[in-house]
Amino acid sequence: MAITREEVEHIAELAKLYLTEEEKEKMQRQLSAILDYFAMLQEIDTSLIPPTATVLPLRNVMREDTPAPSFDRDKILANAPQKVEGYVKVKVVLE
Amino acid sequence: MEYEAVIGMEVHVQLLTKSKMFCSCSAETFGAEPNTLVCPVCLGMPGTLPVINRKAVEYTIMTGLALNCQIAEFAKFDRKNYFYPDLPKGYQISQYDLPLCFNGWLDIEVDGQIRRIRIRRVHLEEDTAKLFHFGDYTLIDFNRAGVPLMEIVSEPDIRSPEEARQYLIKLRTILRYLGVSTADMEKGAMRCEANVSLRPKGSSELGTRVEIKNINSFRFVKQALEYEIERQKRLLEQGKKVEQITVGWDEEKGTTVIQRTKEYAHDYRYFPEPDLPPLVISREWVERIKASLPELPDAKSERFQSQYGLSPSEARTITVEKEAADFFEACVSLYPNPRKLFHWITGEIFRLLGETGSTFDSLKFSPESFIKLINLVDKGTINQNTAKSILREMFSTGEDPEKIVEKKGLALIADEAALIKVIEEVLEANPDALERYLGGKESTFGFFMGQVMKATGGRADPNLASKLLREKLAQLKNR
Ligand SMILES: [Zn+2]
Repeated sequence: MAITREEVEHIAELAKLYLTEEEKEKMQRQLSAILDYFAMLQEIDTSLIPPTATVLPLRNVMREDTPAPSFDRDKILANAPQKVEGYVKVKVVLE
Repeated sequence: MEYEAVIGMEVHVQLLTKSKMFCSCSAETFGAEPNTLVCPVCLGMPGTLPVINRKAVEYTIMTGLALNCQIAEFAKFDRKNYFYPDLPKGYQISQYDLPLCFNGWLDIEVDGQIRRIRIRRVHLEEDTAKLFHFGDYTLIDFNRAGVPLMEIVSEPDIRSPEEARQYLIKLRTILRYLGVSTADMEKGAMRCEANVSLRPKGSSELGTRVEIKNINSFRFVKQALEYEIERQKRLLEQGKKVEQITVGWDEEKGTTVIQRTKEYAHDYRYFPEPDLPPLVISREWVERIKASLPELPDAKSERFQSQYGLSPSEARTITVEKEAADFFEACVSLYPNPRKLFHWITGEIFRLLGETGSTFDSLKFSPESFIKLINLVDKGTINQNTAKSILREMFSTGEDPEKIVEKKGLALIADEAALIKVIEEVLEANPDALERYLGGKESTFGFFMGQVMKATGGRADPNLASKLLREKLAQLKNR
């Protein structure tokens, strides 16, 4: 297996996912298969190829610093499960 | 064993652009109603496309040039992945391995010694939302999410809390000269983190680093570092190990407290931002930006020494704030006595600003009006002390000094007849002293002068009064 059980648990924690023991097992198998597949690419000699930051031919796409009106607050907050006086309300994040 | 502190600083600076980093929402979020400066781009809605704010890139290059950095020919943005409610997208757009500026330096002065602090990099990213924590819930205002944020990272070249403080002050001065940020720590426009470790003095190895977050004033930088250095020293002296932790500064307790960071430390899984094409920064663009840089504090300070004959420390004092330096120069052009103006400005005006906690840019009177005041003293219309109280009034109302003199009848009494009358009254009221004087005790003269000044509320023209008093006493002696 290209990936350990501990690594799966760590990645799950970073992604804020809570996996059952079976799911961890399944993820370990699937992620390992993906990594094994990518390992084939590692065999190619890329020492003379610069790293690719983008596949697009575009460079220097910038906008002028001109402000424009934002969205209505009602629209912005429409997807928030809870709101209070114009704020989004969530469960406490610092204990 | 003697220990030496090794300190590096990370400073985040909000840029003074009009719009946000990747969308056209206003970046002037201070005082705005919550969640009113937000759009689908800065909220990270699926299908939206961020576009780089050219001004923010320019401001970052300006800062890099002012900090003697090399400017990248090729730069890109990356996603820094972590989950926290202040980050709507689940990642922050930042720069990882190809920052806009790198390998610079900044000179600071501590105890008369110049210390060069190397700058590792200056990069551009986006600010996060503001969180307000309450008992069992947290409120989020996304206005700040997406405001351009510049990060300036130093090499661990700082050796004391005072050097750290001077580094920040110098940085703020430069940022304000450039006009790229208010660099106001109290308002969160400049935020600072420090990493600190100890090592035996003279050693070149590095100890275990402790990161101090949330330092939001110049005073706290010093306090937090002093506290942390002391704490580490005690551990090492007891033969214990310093653990690699992140702490926050608790200003109420005056201590550092450990922060929980296991959720999102180290593992940010950076990768190139696919929505933002890279930047190829032409040397022509860099040259144009270089040509637009204002005179920077070190250069100005040197010019003030050679042009106006100020000492190095005087020149630094007057150039810390660009507005003060500009005011000084405007005054010198009207009144070519830089030394005298330096003392007036750094003595009286600085004191008034200090008393009221205000800054030079809020000054209510012009250099012209200030020079009028100095001229009133030179002409003998008012004395030095009266000038100081008039300045106080100009400071609070902005009124013209000549008008204040007129309105309050503050002009010196230079009317001979009026002064002679006062002198005669003083002599009449003090027959014993007069007798002593006439009997040869000439030091009584000072007493009479004091009485004359007192009787006129300090407004007697001192030269004239002294001359008239001398004449009057001579008359009485010869009689
Ligand atoms: Zn927006």
